[in-house]
Amino acid sequence: MSVRQISVFVENRVGLLSEVTTLMSDNEVNLRALSIADTNEFGILRIIVEDVDAAAAILRKHGYIYTITNVLAVSMRDEAGGLAEILQVLAKAKISLEYAYAFLLNKPGVACLIIRVADNNAAEEVLAEAGIKIATQDELF
Amino acid sequence: MTKYYQPEIECASPEQIKAWQDERLVKQVKHVWDNVPYYRKKMEEKGVTPEDIKSTADLHKLPFLTKDDLRECYPYGLLAKPLEECVRIQSTSGTTGKRVVAFYTQHDIDLWEDCCARAITAVGGTKEDVCQVSYGYGLFTGGPGLNGGSHKVGCLTLPMSSGNTDRQLQFMTDLGATILCCTPSYAAYLGESAKEAGLTDKLKLKAGIFGAEAWTQEMRRDIEKSLGIKAYDIYGLTEISGPGVSFECEAQAGMHINEDHFIAEIINPDTGEVLPDGEKGELVFTCITKEAFPMIRYRTKDICVLNREKCACGRTHVRMAKPMGRSDDMLIIKGVNVFPSQIEAVLLEQGFPPNYQIIVDRVNNVDTFDINVEMPLEMFSDTVRDVTTKEKELVAALKAMLGIVAKVHLMAPKSIARSEGKAVRVVDKRKLF
Repeated sequence: MSVRQISVFVENRVGLLSEVTTLMSDNEVNLRALSIADTNEFGILRIIVEDVDAAAAILRKHGYIYTITNVLAVSMRDEAGGLAEILQVLAKAKISLEYAYAFLLNKPGVACLIIRVADNNAAEEVLAEAGIKIATQDELF
Repeated sequence: MTKYYQPEIECASPEQIKAWQDERLVKQVKHVWDNVPYYRKKMEEKGVTPEDIKSTADLHKLPFLTKDDLRECYPYGLLAKPLEECVRIQSTSGTTGKRVVAFYTQHDIDLWEDCCARAITAVGGTKEDVCQVSYGYGLFTGGPGLNGGSHKVGCLTLPMSSGNTDRQLQFMTDLGATILCCTPSYAAYLGESAKEAGLTDKLKLKAGIFGAEAWTQEMRRDIEKSLGIKAYDIYGLTEISGPGVSFECEAQAGMHINEDHFIAEIINPDTGEVLPDGEKGELVFTCITKEAFPMIRYRTKDICVLNREKCACGRTHVRMAKPMGRSDDMLIIKGVNVFPSQIEAVLLEQGFPPNYQIIVDRVNNVDTFDINVEMPLEMFSDTVRDVTTKEKELVAALKAMLGIVAKVHLMAPKSIARSEGKAVRVVDKRKLF
């Protein structure tokens, strides 16, 4: 029950991030969440949107390099210890995170943690056993 | 299939070719002596007169011409015919940015177009073919030369010129072009664009004639794959006439020099001494049939090898290897010789597009060496680690090839200016002179 994330290659150049986000805004694509990974040479913009295929088509049309990856959207309590609880479960199962980022949902007290792991099914299983919920794409919007 | 455009010339015996060359050289030297005071003075300084030139065996006695001579004589100083007999100029900026203007009589254009017609026929072109000429038209020799050759063969000629890629692909598919003539980098770009537009299956192309730029065997395979063709090389330079000075045949094993029009020599670039066939050195041409702008012993700066072995295609004219670099194209970075073609080979081998830009600068008296490379879709990943690994592999492969470390910058696709004429592969910001 993973969600689809779009990752966009961004050159390390002034204004490029703004170009991508402007393109999304011009096409009325709402970004639910985003994270940016950057190195000295380039960046990777990761976004969660409602209509993944429509957003991908816009990026393709404008010549961007992107890839779509299945990641897990883990429901998280918006209070102290919410993140720690999830990470402890994963650590105990020896599941390492490639990257993670979090955002708030439109519901009071609920946050969401996006995690990228090597094996989604394994992570989902241990989290479910610990009673932690995994959200679907629709539940994020 | 018609294999040769002028079989009696292209497959003439070596003795016949030598006889033509002897006779035409003697006549040409006299013509230049009588009509080009600049070259006559050069001959006088060397103590040579037309009487000393009795055959090609005496060619080495004649003085060289270089690009510096062309600059000095700009625009009319090397013209050997009255202007009223000239009908066209072509021009090139050359690598150093100084213009070269070459003149043609109608006879010169006819012979040049014959050379291009031989090249088109050699790749299988007949009057049944649709030949798309996507070299630039205008001052650049690529468009006019292949256009003329295509007419002579009787192909339906699409005079596209370069640029406007969407329209190129539209005509290519709608009119069923079978032969494509353009620069190799533009051919690669058209291949990529056709793939993106989902048009690859609609292409009817069978062969391509690509020249005016250095390109590697890897790039040839790349183009052949993306356009579904056999890709042939063609060589020429504005000073000597234009494309078609030499061309590749079906054997794809070197380019046949049109020896009934041009005598080729290989010299030691440092001493000017003529080297035996098979040795690597600078390629020098003498035009023996051109009237308006007949270069005698013109130094091309191309480093090359000649091969007189019999060719499987039946042509008897000498073959030249693809130039291995230009004596003025070579970069010396941190004391190491670097040819752009080496970088291109590594990029292709590592799965990157052969579209790159080398930027050399000098900061605090140390050379900096940067290469901008376009990120291909297949290599992109959502994790920094994967992308960085590819980047590191590329840096390592470049170091293995060149012996020095380049700083690689991954760029967005198509962000490096594409060549519709010639690609600007090297930006050297060092002020060394």
